[in-house]
Amino acid sequence: MSDLRLIDMTLRDGMHAIDHQFTPEQMRDIAAALEEAEMDVIEVSHGDGMSGSSINYGFSAASTEEYLAAVAPVLDETQLAVLLLPGIGTAEDIELAASYDADICRIATHVTEADVSEQHFQYVTDLGMEAIGLLMLSHMAPPEKILEQALLMEGYGAESVYIMDSAGALLPSDTRERIELLSADLSIDVGFHAHNNLGLAVGNTLAAVDAGAVTIDGCLRGLGAGAGNAQIEVLLGVLKSAGYSVRPDFFRTMDAAENVLLPMLSADTIPEVDNTSLSLGYAGVYSSFLRHARRAANKFELDPREILIELGRIGVVGGQEDMITEVAAEMAEQSRGPS
Amino acid sequence: MVHRPGAAMRLRRNSPLLYTLLSVIRKRWSMDKLRTAIVGPGNIGTDLMYKILDRGRNVSLEAMVGIYPVEQSEGLQAAQANGVDVGTDGLASVRAIADDVDLVFEATSAKIHESHAPTYDELGLFAVDMTPAAVGPFVAPTVNIDALSEDVMNVNMITCGGQATIPIVNAIDQVSSVEYAEIIATISSDSAGPGTRQNIDEFTQTTAAGLEEVGGADNAKAIIVLNPAEPPILNRCTIYTQVADGTDLDAVREDVSRMTETIQSYVPGYEVILEPMLKHDLGVELEESEVITTMVEVEGEGQHLPEYAGNLDIMTSAALGTAERLALDWTERLEGVVR
Repeated sequence: MSDLRLIDMTLRDGMHAIDHQFTPEQMRDIAAALEEAEMDVIEVSHGDGMSGSSINYGFSAASTEEYLAAVAPVLDETQLAVLLLPGIGTAEDIELAASYDADICRIATHVTEADVSEQHFQYVTDLGMEAIGLLMLSHMAPPEKILEQALLMEGYGAESVYIMDSAGALLPSDTRERIELLSADLSIDVGFHAHNNLGLAVGNTLAAVDAGAVTIDGCLRGLGAGAGNAQIEVLLGVLKSAGYSVRPDFFRTMDAAENVLLPMLSADTIPEVDNTSLSLGYAGVYSSFLRHARRAANKFELDPREILIELGRIGVVGGQEDMITEVAAEMAEQSRGPS
Repeated sequence: MVHRPGAAMRLRRNSPLLYTLLSVIRKRWSMDKLRTAIVGPGNIGTDLMYKILDRGRNVSLEAMVGIYPVEQSEGLQAAQANGVDVGTDGLASVRAIADDVDLVFEATSAKIHESHAPTYDELGLFAVDMTPAAVGPFVAPTVNIDALSEDVMNVNMITCGGQATIPIVNAIDQVSSVEYAEIIATISSDSAGPGTRQNIDEFTQTTAAGLEEVGGADNAKAIIVLNPAEPPILNRCTIYTQVADGTDLDAVREDVSRMTETIQSYVPGYEVILEPMLKHDLGVELEESEVITTMVEVEGEGQHLPEYAGNLDIMTSAALGTAERLALDWTERLEGVVR
């Protein structure tokens, strides 16, 4: 019996790092390797969840249905999860996931807006799937506010609620404080999702587990938005060293990362803490803005760091990728001066 | 919420004779106007009331109807304070005034409008439905009101995001056929009421349907993002239109600018904040087509609702705009309808 549940999101958050371009065949191969490695759960979707394929967030190489059709048959013991962001995806997507026997639907809202998800929790539980609530950009609200929102999701039927450090902006002390409060006051499990923009993904995840989180996210090679997520093979090593019992096989997870995933990636898609992704964490900006900001900086001849700092200052939230263009256009206008 | 002093109430108290005289003049004057009533004295209904009283040209307001006693309804109190007759018996009140009214604005909920609609029809009342019920066809006043068939007696105002974006998509579609339209509506958390929050799918699905049916896009997608920043952000929408390669961007800009002026005639706070420009940072190559980005912002007039709630303002403005347009050829319309 393991102490922790690990959710591998290489095929979901990882999609951000490669502009949502995994093919269904690549997804199938990675899923098969993770099944082989006895991963607890894998999450499959466009980076912005089901129906995320769009001009705003980037078109994915295939549809949600094509991905699910490729992945579902190779899974047996490993559970299949999908992601839904209310406002982007709808109940139709949940029905689609249920028709491919997805075990879990994770439902994500901005940390202060949990009440937009009530109907989606209802659909998920009615269809017999496990519902998990995700509170995104958790650095933007104080712990008490997060607890209030987590309690809403618990009331809607969530079987666990996550603190999502979507901007990779939390410090270990912030993480501990949030997880401890939720663990104490919720009757359901608490989870943690990290980004590595400040180089703290694995450290924060360990802090979260020590503070009571029992379900945690990671990706092979850390493949995810911004500087990536917690690198899941590293997490396994760290958690085992810390004395936690985990189900996935350490070496086979490493093999999935190095032998299956890595050959599919090009140098510019392997996440790293560089000047731009570091700025995401520092400014507290949604990690998936990284590649969009780089493209906008290129187009408007700006420093991507300045765009991200400005986006952080005006308080944009997840899903507002369109603001990158607006802010960049405005900054370019100002730097040109009056014409 | 912004509350205006009850000017009429003060007049009634201070100079009862003048008040009576003005009331009589107003009633006589309104005989030449399209006579309307608002059903549902909530925030939307109250805001619409102020708009009609402030700037109704060919539209008069005869009554505001609710279901609670006046002392329990701020909206009915505001109506009384402004010299508008009130009803407190819902549909029974509408029946009682049916002979003195030509058109009702429905500002209740989808369920209630569905139950009211047959009665309006039976009473020969035109219904402008601001709920998501969509009993009648979708209408964006600058786009398709003149194309409505003469026997239509119930029209639906789609959604706020639809009213802000469909006319722009339609303008672009006149220059170059829009293969795909995608809009991202960002609204401040404060201006998203419980109705929107409990059924956010309704917003995305209805808006997408409106972009296709009224906007003219072959396919469409709508996304809504709630932003909790303080002070609240203004309502804004990003509009992506995918059109054939080599579309004349100057012609698009001209058409959009013309459409914007028409919208501004009934939504003064409507503004294009990013003129149509080609999107170069898609991340993927499109075959034989390109994407044009346009951004708009809607600042409310601040009669009853706060200025940042442009998303609510544009609904009441569109409803009034629809009634004003109908008023122009009301007699012909009535003659065209078999009663």
